[in-house]
Amino acid sequence: MTELALAVRSGDRRALARAISLVESQSEDAHRLLADLWQYTAASLVVGLTGAPGVGKSTLVDGLARAYAKAGRRVGVLAIDPSSPFSGGALLGDRIRMDDPDPRVFIRSLATRGHLGGVNRALGGAIALMAAAGHDLVLVETVGAGQSEVEIMSHADLTVVVLMPGLGDDIQANKAGILEIGDLFVVNKADLPGADLTVREIRSMLSLVDKERALVPITKTIATQGEGIDALLAAIDAFGRNPEERMLQHSRRLQQADRRLGEALAELVVAKIKSSAGPGHWEAAVEQIAARRLDPEGAARELLRPTIEEA
Amino acid sequence: MDVLQRKIRVLVAKPGLDGHDRGAKVVARAYRDAGMEVIYTGLHQTPEQIVEAALQEDVDVVGLSILSGAHNTLVPRVIDRLRQEGLNDVMVVVGGIIPEDDAARLRELGVKAVFGPGTPTQEIVDFTRDHVRSR
Ligand SMILES: Nc1nc2c(ncn2[C@@H]2O[C@H](COP(=O)(O)OP(=O)(O)O)[C@@H](O)[C@H]2O)c(=O)[nH]1
Ligand SMILES: [Mg+2]
Repeated sequence: MTELALAVRSGDRRALARAISLVESQSEDAHRLLADLWQYTAASLVVGLTGAPGVGKSTLVDGLARAYAKAGRRVGVLAIDPSSPFSGGALLGDRIRMDDPDPRVFIRSLATRGHLGGVNRALGGAIALMAAAGHDLVLVETVGAGQSEVEIMSHADLTVVVLMPGLGDDIQANKAGILEIGDLFVVNKADLPGADLTVREIRSMLSLVDKERALVPITKTIATQGEGIDALLAAIDAFGRNPEERMLQHSRRLQQADRRLGEALAELVVAKIKSSAGPGHWEAAVEQIAARRLDPEGAARELLRPTIEEA
Repeated sequence: MDVLQRKIRVLVAKPGLDGHDRGAKVVARAYRDAGMEVIYTGLHQTPEQIVEAALQEDVDVVGLSILSGAHNTLVPRVIDRLRQEGLNDVMVVVGGIIPEDDAARLRELGVKAVFGPGTPTQEIVDFTRDHVRSR
């Protein structure tokens, strides 16, 4: 193991911070680091929180992190915000504010850096590092927009969908996405009128999806007052304990592993072919496809042939 | 490390008690528009909170906005704390209403630049980009 990997394992906060930057930069060193640490990442429960902007995700994460740390456990928080498509920069304003820095809580903001789905390209690596550093719980807050809600599933053991009163129409419009990915639903801002109605609406829409979905827990919270946080934590913890749900976690990790192997392989193959096909080859193929002289799959097969024959 | 892939990360923080963060927000947006990743911590941060955030976020730059007049106590505490945590390669810049004598003293302590009110944001961005230590 490298020195950095050992330092991350030992819980050195600065090493963890540096390691996440390394993973964000997608360098070769990052791969070595993750290869060393991957074996130590099984024990943490990875919880994704998603929902429309302003529903109170950050406030909830803050409350959950505090409550968990108070119980003596270690929490890693990853908050994802979009990079500007124009400048490539990002304003990461959501960093939650622990009054006294609590050594059990580690918070890191990630920018999407142009990754389409909204979930950071390096997110898988950052989660692994948080886990290898000994965090019992890793909370991931994602920008609540479209595709990222579904993408968080390829990283999280458990997905929490956060809503607020009066969002019934939103759920309707978004039915496929939101109703199918939530393992837990939270109706936050329960101090506002209409919370119970929203709970009933979610319940009835879930039961329309299928029988099992009808049983998904729905919790009411008032994140700003810390109300309902303990119940939510209990629901999250129960997910890790309940054998049936643990099975779900297992099969989900299999699906995730399957997908990530595919992604990693595709990336490697593309990189290898780009470098071995000779200068200008790739670009030439791109032009041919755009001009409709070659079809994409035909071009891909053509590019792949020498590599496969050589192997 | 691959220099091209490494984004400059900046923590913009407001230590102390004054409640005006318009200037800090303007600078934060200017950094973002220049392609940097900016972590904005919000008002009333203690030096301990600021340094802990700088550490966890692995920033290259800490920008402190201070209008309360408490720069002579707050800035040295941030700098001491950064050193204690081993964050010696983090560049510190300060913005606010700071008399030249005080500014000189802050620079002696290790502050890279002091920007007075009305400094064009482009100047702040350019200075930061030119002086940030590559690692
Ligand atoms: N009334 C009320 N406001 C809340 C509650 N939770 C969060 N908020 C407020 O809603 C706004 C957005 O919260 P935030 O956590 O940033 O939402 P996010 O965009 O989903 O991360 C903030 O002004 C919060 O103070 C709640 O339970 N009740
Ligand atoms: Mg948020």
